[in-house]
Amino acid sequence: MADVAPPSLLRLEGITRRFGAVTALDRVDVSFRRGEVHALVGENGAGKSTLVKIMTGAYRRDDGEMFLDGAAVNFQTPAEAQAAGICAVHQEVHLLGMRTVAENLFLGREPLRWGLVDWRTMMHDARVLLDDLGLDIDPAATLSHISVARQQMVAIARGVSLGASLLVLDEPTSSLAEREVVILFDLIARLRARGTSIVYISHRLDEIYTVCDRVTVLRDGKLVATRSLDGLERIDLICLMLGKSREALRLGATAFGGRHAAAANVEPLLRARSIAFAPRLRDVSLDVQKGEIVGVAGLLGSGRSETAQVLFGTAKSTAGSMFMNGAPYAPGSPRDAMRAGIGFVSEDRKADGIIPELSVRENLTLAALPLFTKFGIVSRVRQMAIVDRYMSRLGIRASSADQNIRELSGGNQQKVLLARWLCTDPELLILDEPTRGIDIGARGEIQRLVNELAESGLGVLMISSELEELVEGCSRVVVLRDGRTVAELQGDGVSEHAIVHAMAETAL
Amino acid sequence: MNLRRVALSREYAALAVLVVLVLLNSLFTPHFATVSNLWNILLQLAPVLIVALGMTFVIATGGVDLSVGSVMAIGAAIAAVLMERGVVIAVGAALVGAALIGVLNGSMIASLRVQPIVVTLATLIGGRGLAQIISNNGELMTVSNAAFLEIGRGSFAAVPVPVLLALVATALAMFALRAMTIGRYVLAAGGNARAARLSGVPVRRTLVTVYAASAFLAAVAGLIMAARLGASDAAKIGQNMELDAIAAVVVGGTALSGGRATVAGTVVGALLMQVIATSLNMLLVPYAWSLAIKAVIILVAVFLQRPARA
Amino acid sequence: MKFLRHNGAFVALVVVCIVGVARYESFLTVENLSNILRQNSMLGVVALGMTFVILGGGIDLSVGALVAVAGVAAAMLAPHNALLGVLGGILVASLLGVINGLLITKARIQPFITTLAMLIAARAAALAVTHEQSVNISGDGLGWLGRGIAPVVLLLILYAGGWTVLRHTRFGRYVYAVGNDEDVARLMGLRTDRIVIGTYALSGGLAGVAGVMLAARLGAGLPVAATGWELDAIASVVVGGTLLTGGEGGVWRTLVGVLLLGVIFNLFNLDGTISPWWQWVLRGSFLLVVVVVQSHIRPATLPS
Repeated sequence: MADVAPPSLLRLEGITRRFGAVTALDRVDVSFRRGEVHALVGENGAGKSTLVKIMTGAYRRDDGEMFLDGAAVNFQTPAEAQAAGICAVHQEVHLLGMRTVAENLFLGREPLRWGLVDWRTMMHDARVLLDDLGLDIDPAATLSHISVARQQMVAIARGVSLGASLLVLDEPTSSLAEREVVILFDLIARLRARGTSIVYISHRLDEIYTVCDRVTVLRDGKLVATRSLDGLERIDLICLMLGKSREALRLGATAFGGRHAAAANVEPLLRARSIAFAPRLRDVSLDVQKGEIVGVAGLLGSGRSETAQVLFGTAKSTAGSMFMNGAPYAPGSPRDAMRAGIGFVSEDRKADGIIPELSVRENLTLAALPLFTKFGIVSRVRQMAIVDRYMSRLGIRASSADQNIRELSGGNQQKVLLARWLCTDPELLILDEPTRGIDIGARGEIQRLVNELAESGLGVLMISSELEELVEGCSRVVVLRDGRTVAELQGDGVSEHAIVHAMAETAL
Repeated sequence: MNLRRVALSREYAALAVLVVLVLLNSLFTPHFATVSNLWNILLQLAPVLIVALGMTFVIATGGVDLSVGSVMAIGAAIAAVLMERGVVIAVGAALVGAALIGVLNGSMIASLRVQPIVVTLATLIGGRGLAQIISNNGELMTVSNAAFLEIGRGSFAAVPVPVLLALVATALAMFALRAMTIGRYVLAAGGNARAARLSGVPVRRTLVTVYAASAFLAAVAGLIMAARLGASDAAKIGQNMELDAIAAVVVGGTALSGGRATVAGTVVGALLMQVIATSLNMLLVPYAWSLAIKAVIILVAVFLQRPARA
Repeated sequence: MKFLRHNGAFVALVVVCIVGVARYESFLTVENLSNILRQNSMLGVVALGMTFVILGGGIDLSVGALVAVAGVAAAMLAPHNALLGVLGGILVASLLGVINGLLITKARIQPFITTLAMLIAARAAALAVTHEQSVNISGDGLGWLGRGIAPVVLLLILYAGGWTVLRHTRFGRYVYAVGNDEDVARLMGLRTDRIVIGTYALSGGLAGVAGVMLAARLGAGLPVAATGWELDAIASVVVGGTLLTGGEGGVWRTLVGVLLLGVIFNLFNLDGTISPWWQWVLRGSFLLVVVVVQSHIRPATLPS
């Protein structure tokens, strides 16, 4: 089979990369053909960005081979990869906002005349380059004054003018308006026609089907499949991404005990109607009752994390309304949300969760400090009592409460963060991917705990990309797509099938 | 485990150097190991240490306070001007006035998001001028109030008052760091401001409090200096104090990147710098060279504690 | 808003000059105006170097001390040969600037702490070498440098050169790039360490030039010369409109900033009723106000 396939431009074989004990990429094989647009998809943590960083020289690989035009290559720096014709354009444009378009295009290789920068030639060459790609952008404009879409085009144009034969576009449309997406696709078509290969990373299925020829799916650092998009059904692609076979969309074995029927006709604990936060969150509505676990499902970029941000006051909703216990609720800060009885365990433990230099004890009690503080003095006795209680209740394994939180495993860090909120005695807990990157044992413990908490009356809003977790844990699941609530599944209607279909926008 | 050992060895490095220096000096520097010299070192140390304690908290938030020297001068000047109204009013007004400058620093940094270096650089310049204006446009104002002079010259159970004040301040700083919410908020804000805000830590209020405390402690140090001199010298009091305080803090093991603080380390750091200064002085090394040596020590200390490149 | 941000200092300079002409007869005299220029020429040269450092996203607190070191070095070497004195002074200060740059880029110590330590060490070295005495320059080989129109002409030549470098050389463009975003500049293939070292070398070298000019003017190298100049230089750069966080600004704005502060203090002196201490307070407040205003009318930056 290998000898009938068209020759590949870049071939990766057995690429492996470990970060400490975590294997981010495990023997991944992919090949990118000349002149194809190749989608690279997978949930957070699937290994997309690690793979791209290895291709573009930003990371070293621990194992495996790379062949460019059949010759083995080994990039040490992004500059080496660029020189070989591999260029990445990132979601946050890696260009200089304060400089002009022309300067950004030619940084590092400005045309000189008598040793001085030849501005006239630079502007002229920039004009020619942009025209050639069909881009209507003023080379003299300051980069930050043009739209993000145009900035991305400039980054692509820079890559092209550096002689790129393979361009990696990392979530290029994530901050673009629909009109701008059209311009981008136009450019991609043009580049493809010239024989440039494009690796297109995105989670938007519509776009992938519009511009890409083939797709490679990664999951948990492993290659799932590379398929031609022609004839690949949307629902099958989603199944690949979620690690399911279509036949096996089923009830699995998580540690959730069963579903909690919501008490009907009771004023919900939290009610959100048509909340929005540009650009990702457009129209989301959901209710959470006391003692109920409500799931939020959706592919990456569907607005699921933004929903949590709005509910917890780190982003301000620009439309709609929210109510807590029937009272209007419009948090301006996390403190407002806390006062309303809400706790939030974020998706990114490292950036938004742990305080790295502090102990388990201090991390665990950070949010609840005011509860056992008098005149600014922390009652050590009460603090220790709470820490002891939660460490044993959640089974937090640490050498002592004084151990630095950095030294704990991911699962134990997550339990500390859960405990941080539980000891504030909240009414509603928002969990964003509570079991991501956590070993199986701790995962079960956390799931069991969430279940117990709901039984004791806590309302839980659980955002997850694990279908089993949603199906088995939640009494209701709200499905988001493109920033909108597209389905609300209840009772027996909650199934992996139904969720996947709602995500894929197809009828059952 | 290995990490822990490295961290521990860093913590005790300054202490080890201090012990070695004291031993070497006792053996080789004439008159070093005498009771009067040791008291003298502690007396010299007191104001620097008091300022360095405040600086420890500021640096733990990831900031820096360059204005402490000028604030010392302001505190001394306010006290000297108001001395005729009674020592209590004079001292009280000096402390409150100084704390207000700290509140100004903190508010600009926390709410207007201007870099701490620039804000406190501006108050360093402006504050020195303000101190001169308060002292009737640059007069050297002598103070003869006996009660006030005790702050700098008196002693209590054989312990000089400045040393006593430094001890009290150290104890309070340790207490605040270990037993009070503010200590945790400081470390949380300096260690991961995003996570701190998400956990309901009042980051702005914490910053304002920390800069106010730094200014307050600077004013205490300024009062000690004025009482020792018997005068408020707005041009001289507290000059270059920011350097000595930063040096004590970083040599003691508090990282400039924020999120960590050690009060005991700052005490050791301040002692170490003072012992070096005193011994160089006793060995008749010119003052200028001892300054240069101080600069090198600061650089080495910061170099050893710099965060690893990602 | 944009006009004000780019030209605010210039507008202020014009206003201040109008006030000067209206209120003080002695303001608009050749003598007074040339005095302002001459008195501020050395600071202007230092601020020129500071402009490069700040544009590149750094800060240099050691410039005042480097002025003193260069002045002392020049005074000690001048008896052998006037030219040797000039070059020696500039060279010593440049080398110390390079050391600043190396410590910042290679040892990764923050700019403010590095240059703070250099401030102490360089000042200490100047004091130690001279035994805390000023070094008289015997003969008059250098005097012309500090007198008459020479300092002003030199100032303008250096600013024209600085403008050319910033606007028309790769190094100059890369200083802007590094100040805009050092990581991105590195990803785009620039050798950012060299550029940063270059800015500190330039700042040191120009402080050296100012030190030689000052020594020539005073007829002696003073180890205590130029104390606190780093603050005035930073204030001039920022007041002129260069972003303190780097990446945007220019040398002519700095010259306007230097002149604005110079004229303001000249007016204080002409008035004679405003104490020098109020001038310090105004200096500090001015710097604060400008920085606060700057941080709130920042240009739209890239989403991060």
